[in-house]
Amino acid sequence: MQTEESKSLLRAMYANMLRIRRFEEEVFEFYKCGKMPGLAHLYIGEEAVATGACAVLRADDYVSSTHRGHGHLIARGADLRKMMAEILGRQDGYCHGKGGSMHIMDMSLGILGANGIVGGGIPIATGAAYSCRYRGTDQVVLCFFGDGASNEGTFHESLNMAAAWDLPVVYIIENNQYGITVNINRVTREHDLSKRAAAYGIDGVSVDGNDVLAVYHAVEKAVDNARAGKGPTLIECRTYRQHGHNGNDNGAYRAAGELEHWLSRDPILLFEQKDYLDPEERENVRAQVEAEIRDACEFARNSPEPAPETLMEGIFYEGGEHR
Amino acid sequence: MRTVYYRDAVREAIDEEMARDPSVLVLGEDMGPNGGTWKETRGLWEKYGDLRMKDTPISESGFVGMSVGMALTGLRPVAKVMFSDFMLVAMDQIANQMAKITYMSGGQMPVPMVLRTTIGLGRSSAAQHSQNLNAVIAHFPGLKIAVPSNARTAKGLLKTAIRDNDPVIVVENRLHYGRQFELPDEGEEEELIPLGKAAVLHEGADLTVVSCSEPVNTCLRVAAEFEKDGIGIEVIDLQSIRPLDRETIIRSVKKTGRLLLVDEGYTSFGITGEIALSIMPDVFYDLDAPIMRLCSPDVPVPFSPALEKLIIPDENRIREAIRKML
Repeated sequence: MQTEESKSLLRAMYANMLRIRRFEEEVFEFYKCGKMPGLAHLYIGEEAVATGACAVLRADDYVSSTHRGHGHLIARGADLRKMMAEILGRQDGYCHGKGGSMHIMDMSLGILGANGIVGGGIPIATGAAYSCRYRGTDQVVLCFFGDGASNEGTFHESLNMAAAWDLPVVYIIENNQYGITVNINRVTREHDLSKRAAAYGIDGVSVDGNDVLAVYHAVEKAVDNARAGKGPTLIECRTYRQHGHNGNDNGAYRAAGELEHWLSRDPILLFEQKDYLDPEERENVRAQVEAEIRDACEFARNSPEPAPETLMEGIFYEGGEHR
Repeated sequence: MRTVYYRDAVREAIDEEMARDPSVLVLGEDMGPNGGTWKETRGLWEKYGDLRMKDTPISESGFVGMSVGMALTGLRPVAKVMFSDFMLVAMDQIANQMAKITYMSGGQMPVPMVLRTTIGLGRSSAAQHSQNLNAVIAHFPGLKIAVPSNARTAKGLLKTAIRDNDPVIVVENRLHYGRQFELPDEGEEEELIPLGKAAVLHEGADLTVVSCSEPVNTCLRVAAEFEKDGIGIEVIDLQSIRPLDRETIIRSVKKTGRLLLVDEGYTSFGITGEIALSIMPDVFYDLDAPIMRLCSPDVPVPFSPALEKLIIPDENRIREAIRKML
């Protein structure tokens, strides 16, 4: 990581982690003052996973996300204005207020969708990978999901099929330690989740999910393999959900000292401690991100609520011939 | 006209659409070298290859969800869930994903896929291989549902479903696969039967019977009998239950003043109650008798033929129900 190119990658990664962090902090502010309807599943603490993984992708690749999906979408380059407007339920949001925080999609960026059902996106991502194979492209799918989803049946069904048919998909378990309020170690005997790969005859690796470069290198290898037709990989990124399950959850069930330990391993802090970027450059990035976030919040605040006559629109596709 | 087996009409529909459009592929249980559970895709694996006629493991959530992912990325998958009952295993993918993605995305994403499945009482397949779950799937906004009653509609509806930009569930009847029906000759103009359009298969002025799938054929036989006695029974084949062609039903009931709804599904909370109430404001003053229904009673489908025959809306029960209303 010495060249000018790698320097620009590091700068982009730092900016993206900050972008996610600041975006989520503003989401939480909107939530706390009642301006964000519904549930706020924050990605704070897990920024290095989405950032490192999506940095590997090409523009024509696909990503599938989860209920805790803002980070994946931002890392994939989603429009912050349209995201924040959607999260506030406004007309100018990605889904015109029909989907909200858990259902943001953008096919122009290959974002197959966040998903309100834990594990619901895993087969969809696997089907997109089949589609890449079918169409004879060398596109790759990144499929994000949590430790919670790794105990859903769709995990098993999808990995089995992707392995059987060498599909170009990389499964990324964001092990943030908790499924809602339950620690993964209380409901699973084998805590090394990447070992499950062996059951499907595919490669599995566990990495420090708070180290953005560790994530980047693991995903890079997996994506290269997938693109070369060598099939799927299972990557467990060990990270931590610094907030509760959603905005209402204060995380009182955590062990004493647990949060403090993980805060000392905060992904943005770890990055800054490495001195990849000098302090002045970091400050420039911060100022740039701050301006983007301010702009997105302003846009969302000023966007109108969806008109009542839009209620029944879009149940079926009205956009003409699809190909 | 020519006489063909229903299973061959289904195969023709899939074959013609696959030949016409390279984005069409088939996946599901026994879709590969076996040529379909009822041989309804025989020869297509040899013709189109393994990638386009894909045998899946018995992972209904997995392959229905995969079909959604294919549909979002430029393909037109035709998935097969062997029996309606097995759709329940994949219900999240059907009801939460396939049905809702278009709306949740603010209308930006079409989900052009077909899910073929089957119903059919009378084969002693018991409570988990015989259910008619049309009412269950019809409950969810975002799905279109076609229910053919013969080879012609099986072919015409399936071809339309494959070309549609929304998710369509096509509910075939396994009693039909080995039965022969009339079909237009090959080489004649292809028939695309629109979704959401019912058909009047037998005209009559005294009572309207509305049904779908196999009971339509039973109703037609009963109507032919009544005709000999000078009683006109109008038989309407729904063909689709979502969208529901209320207009055709309303027009007929305004003429006959009497409506009997016949369905193989469970009686309570089924499609018959829904149809009756949805047309009521339009026909209330035209009715000469209360709208009645004949369905399978609210009991899991029993195994023994001696018991199963008691729940099927057969000719005797339909005849009796009509007589009571005249």
